[in-house]
Amino acid sequence: MTDTAVQASGLTKRYGAFTAVDGVDFTIEPNRIYGLLGRNGAGKTTIMQMLTGQLFPDDGTLQVFGREPAEHADVLRKLCFIAESQRYPDMFTAADVFAAAPWFHENWDEAFATRLIADFRLPAKRRIKKLSRGQLSAVGVIVGLASRAPLTFFDEPYLGLDAVARHIFYDRLLEDYAENPRTIVLSTHLIDEVANLLEHVILIDQGRIILDRDAEEVRGSASTVAGPTAAIEAFVADRPVIGRQTLGGLASVTIDGRLDPADRQRAAELGLELAPVSLQQLIIHLTGDDLAASSEGEEAA
Amino acid sequence: MDDSRPIFIQIAEQVENDIIDGALAENAQIPSINEFAAFHRINPATALKGVNRLVDTGIVVKRRGIGMFVMEGARARLMEQRRAEFAAQYVRPLILEARKLGIDVESLAELIRSERTEP
Repeated sequence: MTDTAVQASGLTKRYGAFTAVDGVDFTIEPNRIYGLLGRNGAGKTTIMQMLTGQLFPDDGTLQVFGREPAEHADVLRKLCFIAESQRYPDMFTAADVFAAAPWFHENWDEAFATRLIADFRLPAKRRIKKLSRGQLSAVGVIVGLASRAPLTFFDEPYLGLDAVARHIFYDRLLEDYAENPRTIVLSTHLIDEVANLLEHVILIDQGRIILDRDAEEVRGSASTVAGPTAAIEAFVADRPVIGRQTLGGLASVTIDGRLDPADRQRAAELGLELAPVSLQQLIIHLTGDDLAASSEGEEAA
Repeated sequence: MDDSRPIFIQIAEQVENDIIDGALAENAQIPSINEFAAFHRINPATALKGVNRLVDTGIVVKRRGIGMFVMEGARARLMEQRRAEFAAQYVRPLILEARKLGIDVESLAELIRSERTEP
């Protein structure tokens, strides 16, 4: 058994002139829940497809459980990848999908799958193509959970799933992960919903990693300060600003870096309001660069 | 759970609060890591970090294979610690806000007396 689940170095994927993944380095430690986050087209799916041997990297090295994943059956057997719009044979029912799953996943737990089918109220005997969007997502989620693969990828797994079904997914994921620890990579746009489930966050933007940190470190690592512009400027001084909004004589500025109790007291004395920045808001600030750049420009003018 | 502070600290504080108000008696068993994780919908590693903080500060003791228990004398020590932090956490912000509203210390004391509810 190797120490890391995934070790990528200089990993690159190009499509013609477009570089989808641009020389990224990262490590995925075993038995943790990772969030692979970023905007549409950031390169998340491309990375996951390379990790699961569906795409060949153009450059860099990649090891999954100590070997290149592509064409190594012993590695691929340990992986489960649930794609955003997972395709199944048209004639299949959901029950057929679950019957076939243990051929690919040696840890498949049929009792767990049966329980999940009931939890999601999935009509398992219905043909796949007759299922609703949310029911189709439930099929993928059930395969991803009940396969108990040592490395499981959920790529936007819940298109069309309602809030109740999503929470069933989170609860079952946590319960089962606690009993059967394994490596899980979750890619989603519903960041606030999953933020507390994640142990580590990797944020991709335009094919590069712009944040690779423990989720606990990210939490509280940025704050929004609001109040009169002059007082804000005095408080912000040379702190790194990652977002700025102004309204008349008032400003709301998001700063990177943790505030200590002395900072908080100083803000209170200046009459400034402090608000925490959630992981989702932080990511909007970090990856919404066009917005940030234009407001910075106005500030300078 | 709020976003301003690390969750593991909030987990530790909740247990401390339960000890202070008597919901968790001394020598009582506290929930397991997985129970904390499931209840708060948080990563088990985060729950573990919170509980380890309690172990490090001597509030909770781990008995291998059995579970985690509130230490003897934990409540008294927590009370002492919270009292030490009380002025900075509650009184100073109160005075700052009062000053902003033009309430002097005398009127503030009067307000506290009139608001006081007998236990």
